[in-house]
Amino acid sequence: MEVAQDLRYARTHEWARLEADGSVTVGITDHAQELLGDLVFVETPQVGRRFAQGQECGVVESVKAASDIYAPVSGEVIAVNEELAASPEKINQDAYAAWIFRITPADPGELSALMDAAAYAGMIDAGQG
Amino acid sequence: MAIELQRTALHAEHLAAGARLIDFGGWEMPLHYGSQIDEHHHVRRTAGMFDVSHMLAIDIEGARARDFLRGLLANDVARLAQPGAALYSCMLNESGGVIDDLIVYLRAPERYRVVVNAGTADRDLAWMRERVRPFDADAVLTPRRDLAILALQGPEARARFWSAVPSLRAAAEPLAPFRCAESGTAFIARTGYTGEDGYEVMVPAGEVVALWRALRGAGFAPCGLGARDTLRLEAGMALYGQDMDESVTPMEAGLAWTVALDDARDFLGRGALEQRSPRFHAHGLVLRDKGVLRAHQQVRTAHGEGEITSGSFAPTLGMSIALARLPRGTASGEGVQVCIRDRWLDARVVRYPFVRRGRSLLDTAQ
Repeated sequence: MEVAQDLRYARTHEWARLEADGSVTVGITDHAQELLGDLVFVETPQVGRRFAQGQECGVVESVKAASDIYAPVSGEVIAVNEELAASPEKINQDAYAAWIFRITPADPGELSALMDAAAYAGMIDAGQG
Repeated sequence: MAIELQRTALHAEHLAAGARLIDFGGWEMPLHYGSQIDEHHHVRRTAGMFDVSHMLAIDIEGARARDFLRGLLANDVARLAQPGAALYSCMLNESGGVIDDLIVYLRAPERYRVVVNAGTADRDLAWMRERVRPFDADAVLTPRRDLAILALQGPEARARFWSAVPSLRAAAEPLAPFRCAESGTAFIARTGYTGEDGYEVMVPAGEVVALWRALRGAGFAPCGLGARDTLRLEAGMALYGQDMDESVTPMEAGLAWTVALDDARDFLGRGALEQRSPRFHAHGLVLRDKGVLRAHQQVRTAHGEGEITSGSFAPTLGMSIALARLPRGTASGEGVQVCIRDRWLDARVVRYPFVRRGRSLLDTAQ
C-alpha cells in the first residue's frame, strides 16, 4: 500500500491535493482501491454542484461492493475526470494519478485540518481503516 | 471471543500466491490473488483453478443408499443409470423450501458421494443424519473432511490437467460432461460452476499441495471466490443463500428442471411443492443504464414488484447483470426499472444463462 506524501487525507479514504490555482483535486487512496478490488463503475458528481465537507458526492463500485465518496472539503465542483466513465480501472492502476473531481474550496482551513500522510498511514496501521 | 476460521490444506499456497483472504462461511478463503477480473478472464479464455475444499463431500453407502437418497432429494438418483454419473439436486424441507443444493455422484451401485455447500454443511449433515436413522446400517453417512477439492475450469483446463498429471489422464480424458471416474486416490468429475469446460478433482488433503503446484506449473491461474461468483452469475447458476434458501421453492428459484415429479416417488417436500403455486419466478436482468446491479435492489415491472437476488458487473459482457425474482407473468424482453441509490434505472428482462463456453448468449437468445 502506498501513501503519497504531498497529499491530505480524510478518514473516509479520500485524498485531496491543493493546486496552484487554489482548487482542490480529490481521489480515493491506494488503500481504498485495494480494499474495494477491481473497480467497474465511478459515479462522479455534477460540475457546478456544491457539497458540504463530509457530504456524499459520488460512488465508486467494484465487482464486490459500492462505496460512497465524501467531499473532503466544502465547495463547488468545477471539473470531473471524464476518463473514469470508460476506464474505472485507472483508479486501481494508480489511485493518486486517477483523480475523480476538482472542487473550489469554500474554506481553505478545512484542507489543512485533514490528516497528513503520516497520520493517515498511522490510522490504517492501527486498523481503523 | 474471536471465532477461529477454518483453513484448507492449501492455506499456505494461497498466501504464497498473494491471496486476499476473507471469511467465507467460517472458512478463510481466497477472494482474489490480485485482480478478480483478470481471474475471471483466465477461466473464460484459458484455465483457472479454485480451491473449493471448504465444500463438504459426504459419502452415502449401504444396501439402501439409493432408497434413502430417493426420499431425501428433489431430483431422482434413479436417473443415475450407471456408476460414473452425476446429478444436480435440491434438498428440501417439509414445506418445499430449499435446504441446500448439491451434486450427487454414483461411484458404484449403492455408493454415492454428495457435495454440499460450505456454509450449510453442518446443518445438511444434521438433517441427513436425522433422516437416515431408520435405514440403520443400510445407508451410512461419512463426511469426508479428509478430502481436498479443486475446480479446474476453462477451455484449456482439461488438456492442461492431462499434461500436469499424466497418471490421471486415462481416467479423465474419456469423461463426458457430468460424468466422474476414480483413479488411485483421485476422484475426477467433469463438472463445474463457471459455464466452462473442466473438472472438479478430489484428492486426500495430504496430496493436494503437490497437485496444486503441478497445476500451477501447467499454467493454471489461481482464482478466488470473487471470480467464481461472477463466472457462475454469467453462467446463470444459482447461489445458495442468495438466489434460494429455505423460504423459496426450486420452482421459484428457476430450478424446476431439477425436480423429478414424473412418478409417484415420495420425497421430502413433495407434498408441499404440489400444493404451493410459485409466488414469483427467476429471471435474468441486464442493466441498460450505467451502474451495477446488486442483490436486494428493488425491481419495478408492469406486473408488480420484484427483487434482485444476485447482481454484479459481468466481466465477459462488460455490463451489469442480475438474477431477480419477478412477479408471475413477467416475460423476457420486457423493460423494468431497478432502484439503485434512490434512482430508478432501466433494465431489460432476459433469458439466462448469459454466457456459456466463453460466449455471450445475449444477442443470439433474444
